[in-house]
Amino acid sequence: MEIEAEANPMDKYLRADRIPHIWCPGCGLGIVLNAFLHAIDELKIDMDELAIVSGIGCTGRIAGYINCDSYHTTHGRAIPFATGLRLANPEMKVVVISGDGDLFAIGGNHFIHAARRNIDITVIGVNNYNYGMTGGQLGPTTPLGARTTTSPYGNVEHPFNLCHVAHASGAVYVARWTVLHAVRLKNSIKEAMNKNGFSFIEVIAACPTTYGRRNKMPTGLDEMKYYREHSIIRHGIDPSQANIEIGKDIIVGKFIDIEKPTYSDAFEELKKRVKK
Amino acid sequence: MKKIRFWSGDIAAAEGAIAAGCRFFAGYPITPASDIAEHMALRLPQENGIFIQMEDELASMAAILGASWGGAKVMTATSGPGFSLMQENIGLGAITETPCVVADVQRAGPSTGMPTLVGQGDVMQSRWGSHGDYETIVISPSSPQESFDLIIRAFNLAELYRVPVIFLMDECVAHMSERVVVPPKEKIEVVERLKPSMPPEQYMPFKPLNNIAPMAIAGMGYKIHVTGLTHNEKGYPQTTSTEVQEWMIRHICDKIRKNERKIRDIEEYEMDDAEIAVVSFGIAGRSAKAAVKIARKHGIKAGLIRLKTIWPFPEEYFENAADNIKKFIVAEINYGQVKLEVERSIHGKASVELLPKFGGAVHTPMEIYNKIKEAKNGN
Repeated sequence: MEIEAEANPMDKYLRADRIPHIWCPGCGLGIVLNAFLHAIDELKIDMDELAIVSGIGCTGRIAGYINCDSYHTTHGRAIPFATGLRLANPEMKVVVISGDGDLFAIGGNHFIHAARRNIDITVIGVNNYNYGMTGGQLGPTTPLGARTTTSPYGNVEHPFNLCHVAHASGAVYVARWTVLHAVRLKNSIKEAMNKNGFSFIEVIAACPTTYGRRNKMPTGLDEMKYYREHSIIRHGIDPSQANIEIGKDIIVGKFIDIEKPTYSDAFEELKKRVKK
Repeated sequence: MKKIRFWSGDIAAAEGAIAAGCRFFAGYPITPASDIAEHMALRLPQENGIFIQMEDELASMAAILGASWGGAKVMTATSGPGFSLMQENIGLGAITETPCVVADVQRAGPSTGMPTLVGQGDVMQSRWGSHGDYETIVISPSSPQESFDLIIRAFNLAELYRVPVIFLMDECVAHMSERVVVPPKEKIEVVERLKPSMPPEQYMPFKPLNNIAPMAIAGMGYKIHVTGLTHNEKGYPQTTSTEVQEWMIRHICDKIRKNERKIRDIEEYEMDDAEIAVVSFGIAGRSAKAAVKIARKHGIKAGLIRLKTIWPFPEEYFENAADNIKKFIVAEINYGQVKLEVERSIHGKASVELLPKFGGAVHTPMEIYNKIKEAKNGN
């Protein structure tokens, strides 16, 4: 007897001919994608008016799986590409989904300036503490002491606190969740996409293959257990108080939710003045 | 009605871009290209366009690609150091077949070099600057009038061939001010990119129809995937298929190479009976023309070949020209770049001599004339 698999209700948002995806067993990216699809489903986003932009890396592949206009750009340059797309085509909802190395090392300058300008895009930054696709090298968020292929004796660099960077740079919405918090993550994505301005969500995601197994968390499940034991929700906390350190609690929650004019708002205003 | 303006090359290029339909400019300040950004900041809001000053040239180039996929005609402007930074995303523009215009106002390099003084050392970089196999179209104006006229052509070719077009200016042309005749709007030919009209299920975003694929911009409902990875006609990554890699590279190169004659734009002066040809471009082309006039006064059969398009290089043109020319003198403000191409193209039919300037100054007509005279005397 043949058993027919039921279609997943999220299938309609995926490019079926691009599945299976490239991610490893235990990877957190499937959960991020799932949370994102549920968010756009609940928001009833018109898929013709959604553009996903990504850079390079494991996370960068998300763009290719979602059935909308999607742009897989160069390493680190997703945000300026998205800036151009959003400004030239204000009808589009533009979401950047990329990894910690792409957004904060090679692309760090673009992140802080897009946040400063308050470009109306949502950035979902998936933080797995390392460069997964290239084999597990040290990244800008690798915790002090963590072992990676380029910090074999333990990391001696201080990591970025991404939410603090986002807040200090001017983001109007800043939240952090782990992939254990799938529903809260989905709700945050909905809030972020409804914000007018630069919104940022950091998602702490498991990377057992290239990070976890060098840091005593060899499976995705180990990492999920770690998140369960170490996550504390602190809405509204000053993001500078939410550093991530090995063995210490991971503070998650919605940290920042403010209003201010976007670049587009200000530029439209400027154009009206010029034409008078 | 036509208008007469007194514009620098930078201003003329900016105005030409607007006349061509450019409505999105992203850039970063750099001498001697900043005047273009400043003029765009002034003018684009008046034309319902968008100007944004980015944090660097990497971002500027990425932003114009994004805006091009958003549906705008787009441009950035820079000089050597910034042009180097843009190369990564010029490659993305080439592989994703994104129409855009990049003005590179050349100063003397390498590195920071001579920021306020002229150079023409970016000829090879404008063609080969990004990694891998691809083609660009490179256009070089010799005056503010040509900065206006030829940048319109640059936009038209970018839209027609879906390719980054490099507008290779130089500091002298950019900073000199001259009379510019601006034709009435209806006399300016403006080309728009081909967009798809078929139903989405039939549309293949990278499948050429008559050489070029129609381009679906964001929000048209085609839900396309655009990637810098090697991709098939559907736009999907195919990173281990040597067949797809070959098909894609042939396509992005051949769409330009096979149209070299159509893209070609050369000013010939006194070439009918010339035995000695001076080859030049940009500001150096003007000294070269003056030198040819002097030579003709002295009864020397010299002519000028001034390249308004440098890439794709007009190999066939030079091979034919070499049948009647004994010597080519290549006058350029670098240590030998176009000279190599002339040499390569003529297959040893004539001799080729470089007359270099190393940056910071333009050849005087007499310097070029003296070289013509030497050639005439068989030296």
